Amino acid sequence: MKLNGAQILIKMIKSEGVDTIFGYPGGAVIDIYDALAKQNGLRHILVRHEQGAVHAADAYARANRSVGVALVTSGPGATNTVTGIASAHCDSIPLVVFTGQVPTGLIGNDAFQEVDIVGITRPCTKHNYLVKSVDKLAFIIKEAFYLARSGRPGPVLVDLPKDIVQTFVEFEEPGEISLKSYKPTYKPNKKQLNKVVDLIRKAERPVIFAGGGVILSQASEELTRMARMANIPVTASLMGLGAFPGSDPLWLGMLGMHGTYRANMSIGHCDLMIAAGVRFDDRVTGNIEKFAPGATIVQIDIDPTSIHKNIEVQIPIVGDCKATLAEIIRLMEEKDPKGIAEGKPEWLSRIREWGNAVPLKYEQSHDVIKPQYVIEKLYELTRGEAIITTEVGQNQMWAAQYYHFDQPNHFITSGGLGVMGFGLPAAIGAKAARPDKIVVDIAGDGSIQMNIQELMTAVESNIDVKIVILNNRYLGMVRQWQEFFYEKVYSSTNMENAPDFVKLAEAYGATGLRCTSPDQVSAVLTQGLNTKGTVVMDFTVDREESVYPMVPSGGSITEMLLV
Amino acid sequence: MMKTNRYVLSILVDDEPGVLSRIAGLFSGRGFNIDSLSVASTAEPNVSRITMVTKCEPQIIEQIKKQLHKLINVITVNDLTDKKYVQRQLALIKVNAQPDKKAEILRIVDIFRCKIVDVGLAHYTIEVSGDTEKHDAIISLLKPMGIIEIASTGAIALARENGK
Repeated sequence: MKLNGAQILIKMIKSEGVDTIFGYPGGAVIDIYDALAKQNGLRHILVRHEQGAVHAADAYARANRSVGVALVTSGPGATNTVTGIASAHCDSIPLVVFTGQVPTGLIGNDAFQEVDIVGITRPCTKHNYLVKSVDKLAFIIKEAFYLARSGRPGPVLVDLPKDIVQTFVEFEEPGEISLKSYKPTYKPNKKQLNKVVDLIRKAERPVIFAGGGVILSQASEELTRMARMANIPVTASLMGLGAFPGSDPLWLGMLGMHGTYRANMSIGHCDLMIAAGVRFDDRVTGNIEKFAPGATIVQIDIDPTSIHKNIEVQIPIVGDCKATLAEIIRLMEEKDPKGIAEGKPEWLSRIREWGNAVPLKYEQSHDVIKPQYVIEKLYELTRGEAIITTEVGQNQMWAAQYYHFDQPNHFITSGGLGVMGFGLPAAIGAKAARPDKIVVDIAGDGSIQMNIQELMTAVESNIDVKIVILNNRYLGMVRQWQEFFYEKVYSSTNMENAPDFVKLAEAYGATGLRCTSPDQVSAVLTQGLNTKGTVVMDFTVDREESVYPMVPSGGSITEMLLV
Repeated sequence: MMKTNRYVLSILVDDEPGVLSRIAGLFSGRGFNIDSLSVASTAEPNVSRITMVTKCEPQIIEQIKKQLHKLINVITVNDLTDKKYVQRQLALIKVNAQPDKKAEILRIVDIFRCKIVDVGLAHYTIEVSGDTEKHDAIISLLKPMGIIEIASTGAIALARENGK
């Protein structure tokens, strides 16, 4: 069967089980778009900016537990994907991004819309390819998907010169992928696991610290089981939210700069930390010297470079979180189930005291809407079952603190890179993957304007997303830093000159709702969630509300600024 | 400040365009140093060997090795530093050869078992092959004669048979 490169591309994407891709056409990919129009079974969602395509693919991958795909043209189309790719790279999200390229004969000639995207994205992809022969195309695509999803997942870019996608060739199914230079370690070292079980038995003050790796390896069940078996309290990084049920009594809340008092204090005083799928980001550790100073640290990660990178650990385990935790559970059951399950009542009651002394709280008001209150109400009204995407800043932190995630893959945020403008396209991607779910983007008035054009994408594609804007007419997180550390010099953070978001929503053909008083919050949320189609809810919130607790940058995580 | 050591890494990579740039980019992006670098093909088709010398703290070399290994095109990373290995570096040294110094230069060349590969009215070009110490030694002896210019390769190294 003779196929051209464009047809091979579509065939290979379908064979990976992907049903939706996100993209934007252009001269270099016009043949691919022609082939897309002449096929069934692969849905293409036309975004309004290429950055949106990559964020949408990122969230699609997370909500669907599969690989996300974006397709863009050469030059500016390709460079517009870089922020999205870098974000997915930081968060280890499996993506394959296809970029158009000028014909092979013109590469290097500074042709129209030519850019060395393989060179540009080398440091922010797991791997990337420039396809130089149509004979290798099918194999490269298969390898790209394999690399994206295996080991520590990540984005892979495939650059497709125009003549390659135009050329017809006899199609051959590519063989199995076997790379002599790439063999991720899934199975952990048994000896280390026995040590972990002994440590769990002996520990007086154990804590589990879960990260995005637990969600990526679909190990939430194992993690939850292990914690409950041995009565070990659990905290998580921003990326790990949902790995352990937020309604469980053993749940401590998030850790780090805006972590809960009891989570940060528990880490400060624990004698055993079992860290799974985390990379000890500086937003989590604060001052490294004072991070878990009295603890023996067990670190489980599939990526050896994550181990000993930021902090010294005593028991490093290279392996898949799911396989490793399952094996630890088996050993716990085999060795001494009772001895372990007795738990540490003193430690747990100390943690309860910390929780009671400084719970997550804010001062409710009858005059002005508190942003935390909006999220609390949203949590109630959606029964905690919605998929939440966020922008970046205060909105993201309040979402993390006040929406208690019971399930994995329900909190989708740009964790490592912290991309403002992530939430709206991410909501589109998540909803495309999970049409059965309510999907809400919790946004700030600053962030939402960074990819506002994607409202058109949602409306056009009948993708039903709900956007909650916590509108304080400030770049709130930077303003908060300026208040605390820069004598309230609000340099360039005042955003009083904002569009009317209700009218803006209507201009795009969406529904716009405004809420200005606390007693309307519930009603507006209810109306918004029950209105069909894309809805923008603009909540005028307390302008100078801050996120607490807060660990000043570089400080010890046990020294928090409290309300 | 922790002590910095000199490390010799022998890295086998896929012989593909862009591999060197991936490695160089990794070093610059993460703030690692490259002291010297030498790349050439091996007996195996499509496989190249990179010999890299880097100076860093002991904990950093662990990150460097792991990060190198993480690159998809890197097949193996062999740290030769604490193993038995042979190491060579090639240099061409063009030195002033005034009539009264010629005999002394020839003596030095003889002692170091080097070769004169080019002769002019007022210069010799000397080929030196050996380890870094030998290079440093001959350069310090030739310096008083007036070194005009030097071209040098990075170090290349192979583990000894029993030193793998």
